[in-house]
Amino acid sequence: MTVTKGEPARDDTEDPYVPSARRTEREAYKRARARRATAVAALSTLVTGVVLYLLVVNAPGWPRTKETFFDRGYAREAFPVVLRGLWLNLRLLLVCGAAVLVLGMLLAVARTLRGPVFFPLRALAAAYTDFFRGLPLIINLMIVVLGVPALRLTGVTVDPVLLGGAALTLTYSAYVAEVFRAGIESVHPSQRAAARSLGLTNRQALRHVVLPQAVRRQVPPLLNDLVSLQKDTGLVSIGGAVDAVRAADIIVGRSLNYTPYIVAGLVFVALTIPMTRFTDWVTARTARRRAQGGAL
Amino acid sequence: MSRVSDAPVLRMESVRKTFGSTVVLRDVGLEVAPHTVTALIGASGSGKSTLLRCANLLEEIDDGAIWLDGEEITDPRVDQDAVRRRIGVVFQAYNLFPHMTVLENVTLAPRRVHGVPRAEAEERARELLGRLGLGGKAEEYPDRLSGGQQQRAAIVRALAVRPRLLLLDEITAALDPELVGEVLAVVRGLKDEGMTMVLATHEMGFAREIADQVCFLDAGAVVERGTAEEVFGNPRQERTRRFLRRVVGTDAGRP
Repeated sequence: MTVTKGEPARDDTEDPYVPSARRTEREAYKRARARRATAVAALSTLVTGVVLYLLVVNAPGWPRTKETFFDRGYAREAFPVVLRGLWLNLRLLLVCGAAVLVLGMLLAVARTLRGPVFFPLRALAAAYTDFFRGLPLIINLMIVVLGVPALRLTGVTVDPVLLGGAALTLTYSAYVAEVFRAGIESVHPSQRAAARSLGLTNRQALRHVVLPQAVRRQVPPLLNDLVSLQKDTGLVSIGGAVDAVRAADIIVGRSLNYTPYIVAGLVFVALTIPMTRFTDWVTARTARRRAQGGAL
Repeated sequence: MSRVSDAPVLRMESVRKTFGSTVVLRDVGLEVAPHTVTALIGASGSGKSTLLRCANLLEEIDDGAIWLDGEEITDPRVDQDAVRRRIGVVFQAYNLFPHMTVLENVTLAPRRVHGVPRAEAEERARELLGRLGLGGKAEEYPDRLSGGQQQRAAIVRALAVRPRLLLLDEITAALDPELVGEVLAVVRGLKDEGMTMVLATHEMGFAREIADQVCFLDAGAVVERGTAEEVFGNPRQERTRRFLRRVVGTDAGRP
């Protein structure tokens, strides 16, 4: 794998190594094979692209679809408005993301506490995760964003952004708690035993030995949940908050042209892709660090 | 080497392997005649395990070539899976699949790779397990076995596909002393049956007893190669002598 490119490794000692003709031939063959693979990949990508393009463009409703979904003028009008709305999504992501991580961790730790004293805490945490993981996010949002103001409590906010953020935090902290818990339970008991044998208390063992390993291991699934949260911040628009989705919605309502939705959708995708790539990179790096190497 | 009269099963020539800037194997040559046992000895990190991994194509070599039954297996055009089908490997840490019973571990390759019907594969597996003293353990999961039993199960798994060559990578290094004997007895039995084997080992007494050929590796190079008598009884190289002085004293009692 690695020998195909770069020059042969430099030696520290008096090793008079000169690559043999056999090696040169082998590497030339591998390079040729790599070139062929690249060519095949490029060709098949091109063919797939062309086929898809022709399929869409030749659809009977394409001219009409193009007009209502891909109108350049409306796109230009919607873009700045959608971007301004997106600022709200980003702030929601930051605040909710932080709250979700903290709450999720607390829930996970609560669920792993041992001892009869902690039974109510354990049960409560379990009930919480069960409930909010099961409750559809959209229903949760409606109950919180529309239901809480209906109570007309004094001193409680009716701001749809704050309430929407709270609803997102409720649901996502349940998911993230389970991710953390899986991480904690995946740390081998021998690690806890080793920590306790050094005299660390249960709490210190958790804090210094178990959690650091658990969190490191769970970074990829956590980032996955954060990517998901990022998109779902768009759902706070059901309470009337003007985020990127709602901004597009307003133009659509006025013009009866759906292009702004496409614009908003693309903006979300553009925001998510770096995060997804980052997740992949972290996952690959973790895998590389654990792997014992080899040609397989 | 005097006893290499038949065409060698395994032949290595000028094999070089590096990890980054570290040279792990340099200019390694080796010939393994059919039905013989070759023992690789040397300190930890001398390249014994890497040599075995290269022979099974688990590591890609940088230079040189390796032949199995006269076919160059390091040619990038060969089907690596087909090569590995002819070589059995037993690892130091057993590497049994924990989610399968012993019987499933043993019959996986015969059934999935070699297309042996289930009944036939299981019959052979049970026969081999019985011969290696694991008759009652076929339905157990690996975690429920002792280290020695696990390693014997791993040997059965490697043998189940009737390999041309068996590579044993420090197969007793992870075992308690009282379990080492049972595994070595199995290897002795395989030699009597004529299995061609290459083993990396720290068990000097065992290497001396069982090996037709002994290879001493130091810093990735084959320093000395000869019969067990020659290498252990009358080592020619100073480095070999120093190594043997260091280890044999501590290991004398081992079988």
